[in-house]
Amino acid sequence: MKIHEYQARDLLAQYGIPVPAGQMVTSVEQAAQAFKAVTAGMEAPLAVVKAQVHAGGRGKAGFVKLVKTPQDAETAVRFMLTHRMVSPQTPPEGLEVTKVLIAAGVDIADRAGGGKEEFYLAVTTDRRTRRNILIASREGGVDIEHVAATKPDAIIKEPIHPIAGLQAFQGRDIAARLGFTGRGLSQAADIMQRLARLFVEKDCTLAEINPLIITSGGGAGGAGGAGVVTAIDAKFSFDENGLFRHKDLAALADPAEQNAAEARAHKFGLSYVALDGNIGCLVNGAGLAMATMDIIKLHGGEPANFLDVGGSATEEAVTEAFSIILSDARVKGVLVNIFGGIMRCDVIAQGIINAASNFKNADGSTGFKVPLVVRLEGTNVDAGRKLLEQSRGKLPTLQAGADLTDAASKVCAAVN
Amino acid sequence: MAILITKDTRVICQGITGAFGASHTRGCLHYGSQIVGGVTPGKGGTKDENGLPIFDTVHQAVKATGANATMIFVPPPFAGDAILEAACAGIKVVCAITEGIPVQDMITARAQLDSLNTRSEDVSQNPWDKVVLIGPNCPGVITPGPKTGGGTGPKDPYTNAGCKIGIMPGYIHTHISEAKRGKSVGIVSRSGTLTYEAVWQTSRMGLAQSTCVGIGGDPVRGVNHIDVIRMLEADPDTHAILMIGEIGGSDEIETAAYIKKHVKKPVAAFIAGRTAPPGRRMGHAGAIIGGADDTADAKIAALKAAGVSMAMSPADMGSAMLAAMKLS
Repeated sequence: MKIHEYQARDLLAQYGIPVPAGQMVTSVEQAAQAFKAVTAGMEAPLAVVKAQVHAGGRGKAGFVKLVKTPQDAETAVRFMLTHRMVSPQTPPEGLEVTKVLIAAGVDIADRAGGGKEEFYLAVTTDRRTRRNILIASREGGVDIEHVAATKPDAIIKEPIHPIAGLQAFQGRDIAARLGFTGRGLSQAADIMQRLARLFVEKDCTLAEINPLIITSGGGAGGAGGAGVVTAIDAKFSFDENGLFRHKDLAALADPAEQNAAEARAHKFGLSYVALDGNIGCLVNGAGLAMATMDIIKLHGGEPANFLDVGGSATEEAVTEAFSIILSDARVKGVLVNIFGGIMRCDVIAQGIINAASNFKNADGSTGFKVPLVVRLEGTNVDAGRKLLEQSRGKLPTLQAGADLTDAASKVCAAVN
Repeated sequence: MAILITKDTRVICQGITGAFGASHTRGCLHYGSQIVGGVTPGKGGTKDENGLPIFDTVHQAVKATGANATMIFVPPPFAGDAILEAACAGIKVVCAITEGIPVQDMITARAQLDSLNTRSEDVSQNPWDKVVLIGPNCPGVITPGPKTGGGTGPKDPYTNAGCKIGIMPGYIHTHISEAKRGKSVGIVSRSGTLTYEAVWQTSRMGLAQSTCVGIGGDPVRGVNHIDVIRMLEADPDTHAILMIGEIGGSDEIETAAYIKKHVKKPVAAFIAGRTAPPGRRMGHAGAIIGGADDTADAKIAALKAAGVSMAMSPADMGSAMLAAMKLS
């Protein structure tokens, strides 16, 4: 699960990590007031207006703007709320923007030897060592993947002890290696410890500050003068398995950012990911679901989705799965691949029959019109096959797949 | 012999009074596993529907029943604790079926488990010498036995010489005495149903399974591919190894290097997720492509370079295994 930048700033502030003043607005009318509030006390008022969407590429798309007057802030907010943001990371039709952050502009101190004092700081889990690690770099403000590819030596990775957490000396050591000195050294070290604590306590999978900067003497508002180590932008993602103990975070999920079908599937305990092809898949088990996508592709087809009905799906969940798959107009055929373990094949078969009986087409007729290939194996397979045979009248497009290859080639032939 | 579990393994179920715990305890009893009791805090002193004694703590259960393995169905918020409770009570094989344990809970649980074992940097040494964790989010582990009964109940089990700890359908497995080709394959997999598929294919091709281990789909877990392959390589009853991996993480890449250096037995493999788009989580928490080593293609290339017979289609896992064993 991801949250917006304005929510990430709140989380940093909650853990005592300095961020510039900011306000989130949802209408043009709020813009001027927000600008005045966040720039209060600045000699030369300056703010950044940023669209709040999860996709990257905002700057290039024109959805991050520097403004110096309340009027300019209004103009920028109006533009963002009335245009869809299109970037390489969004769908081609772009994303609607409903929330805009207005944050105080900050002057970044010059770095001795050229450039600005911008750093990268993140905590994530390294699955190979089974440790959380702190990742830091002097090359802040740019894409860390780019740094990793071009200057791998510029990235510091520090393991965090699973029980003791990040120690103060580790923070000082990394800060020194990043080039922090004087007051900045202890400030940066303190921020690292706070970020590591936040990461664990909030069950994050990523907690990233980019850039972390040192303010210059320009008198930027909000963070308290020059020489302050400050987080300008932050990104978090959370372990969905940990959300049960973070009702506050779960409430931050933005339904506008979720694929409607994926959200609906989630409610029924189904794991669904929309893809670009035309063959819908209904499978039990994540590994088998991936393998089913693979075999469709091997036979010249394109999967329309990943769908794992899980080990204990009910007939209702199977019915729901069909209705989600078939709500995608591109779907020209469906492959059901079940290897019954906990899941009984007769339950799946009954679910398919019920789904067909209840499925309403756009023209008002009932039943599936697209080709349906069903491959059943495992627990109660004979009962399942018998149920399907007896209901052929309700399933005119049904073909049985004898095994994986047979099922995949039948469904690919049927849609092409 | 097989690995990890045999017909003499004494198993308890943690979370035996929950719906899943109860139904799979029944399933394992029907298969023929020696389930000797269960644990549900607060329900100690009672019995389950099969007449098995229920204890408040794993320590009590071990003392009373001599259990040396456990099957955990405890809900996610308490499962990390349940794993450690079993390990600290002296259980040797801890099998965590529970899906949805927070990664941070597994990081601390693993760190404490690792401190109980003698862990060495040398990959040829078994790092699970005192207590083995299988899973979480896995189908479990099975050492199949020959079919000796109907599998209809504890009095009429499917086999009198096998052990199943987990949720897999027992009857698809084949004991070596019933395998046409007289050879046993050890199977290790990150996926549940895909393992059943592999078992089914090998059984149909006349092969038996020595032991099948589902290591689970979570990013931080117990045994990984290398650990199981090390045990299978050392097991005289295992003649060949079938490994099923998927996208995400670099475990399979490291396993390829290990196989190249240390494994003499024939190995076949399948990697799921060649068509998965980067950055999207495919059901399993661990199945997400991040770095370059995470992709199916990188894993397939590394395994091929290690001399592993690759099934490019999930329908060809059995035939790839036969090819590796020069039986096709």
